[in-house]
Amino acid sequence: MTDFGANPSFFDLVRGMGPEPLRGPAAGGGEPPAQLPPHGTTVVALRFDGGVVMAGDRRAVEGFAIADERMEKVFPADEHSVVGIAGVASQAIELVRLFQTELEHYEKVEGETLSLEGKANRLAQMIRGSMPLVMQGLVVVPIYGGFDTRRDEGRIFRYDAIGGRYEEADYNATGSGARDAKASLKKRWRAGIARQDAIEAAVESLLDASEADTATGGPDPVRGIYPSVHLVTAEGVDEVPAEEIRLAFEAVVARREDSS
Amino acid sequence: MAMPFYVAPEQMMKDRSDYARKGIARGKPVVALEYADGILFIADNPSTHLYKISEIYDRIAFAAVGKYSEFENLRIAGVRLADMRGYSYGREDVTAKSLANAYSQGLATIFTQEMKPYEVEILVAQVGERPEDNEMFHILYDGSVTDEDGFVAMAGEAEVLAEGLKGGYRPGMSLADALKLGVDVLSSQNGERLDASRIEAAVLDRTRRRRKFRRLDDQELNKLL
Repeated sequence: MTDFGANPSFFDLVRGMGPEPLRGPAAGGGEPPAQLPPHGTTVVALRFDGGVVMAGDRRAVEGFAIADERMEKVFPADEHSVVGIAGVASQAIELVRLFQTELEHYEKVEGETLSLEGKANRLAQMIRGSMPLVMQGLVVVPIYGGFDTRRDEGRIFRYDAIGGRYEEADYNATGSGARDAKASLKKRWRAGIARQDAIEAAVESLLDASEADTATGGPDPVRGIYPSVHLVTAEGVDEVPAEEIRLAFEAVVARREDSS
Repeated sequence: MAMPFYVAPEQMMKDRSDYARKGIARGKPVVALEYADGILFIADNPSTHLYKISEIYDRIAFAAVGKYSEFENLRIAGVRLADMRGYSYGREDVTAKSLANAYSQGLATIFTQEMKPYEVEILVAQVGERPEDNEMFHILYDGSVTDEDGFVAMAGEAEVLAEGLKGGYRPGMSLADALKLGVDVLSSQNGERLDASRIEAAVLDRTRRRRKFRRLDDQELNKLL
């Protein structure tokens, strides 16, 4: 009875067409490429009283060189969730595109959205699907945050490179600057943190990460490059305008100047 | 050895057509009308969960009449085709025209080769940036396609419905006016006034961001009516 009922998964549909659409050029064994492709770096997510804040720095690196200073690492996955990515950029962006299509496809075929739990599990399975690439060192580690409309709260899921899925109660980070960003969030996060504080905490954690990790880009007031910040609430996904992020960044800097 | 009776191809096609038409005419009707901000679809549908109108892709919607199992099959095939196209190329490369062609091919094959033809009629519509860019493709059980302008009626006494729509339709109608006209026409065939619980309605609204498709719930229907 495997053919019974319409399969609502786009991922399965693509996979059914053979390995080509899903794998990179060097799939199926072999050495990792000598020159690593661009890597995206740090993304943080934290719960606040209305949902989830997710923020990412804008830098991508290629070895010791900066490949991109305006990269987006946080993407709306659907109306009520966002996915942030760290790791090999090409793989990660493709994973996000596939995941976005997967969620929309399910919604259209079934006529209703997946539960947040279901979406988080699906993402884990999709990461597991790219195992051969992981073995070659082409690793993608996403972080997923959404508003669970059935439970009426924001939730955060962290993943490992081979598809392990772990729910986080408070905050988390992924990517090269994750350790420093987490240390920063640890000092600022508290249960029921308000929206504005949460945005500032996210921006500050990325600033802290950029001070300790070369692969994480700090805010750049000269060129007007700031981290991208997304909010997920009961109303849906909202990108925080650059101007508001600039103000949050300035508030963080002002506080530091006061205390020094 | 048993010999099958010879049946002239003309006769065979006619029998199949009659069979499909009868099945479709028994079904409850769907109408679609262009209005100022896009395209409105209205179905006489007592079910709140089994839809006749659905989203296919960003700008494209699907409406069908006839046998549920058959058009549901076609709808899912359309969603798959559209998502696959959009994923392989780009979102704007998914068009109603290519979907209409696929449906036309599929239905024509089924009509001539399967045991029985599909008892369905479908409408694939795409809202454009400007009203004159709207596209509506009406596809019949045998795969024939017509490109419609302004309004479409399917199933029931479709010709009578279309006459009714023609009488009241004006380009650039407001959503409320278009909805009233559609519900009036559907009600006239039904015999009694359709209330919100009997109506399934949705729009392709060009003022929305990416996904233009939106269902109108009972509350909104009551307000508009």
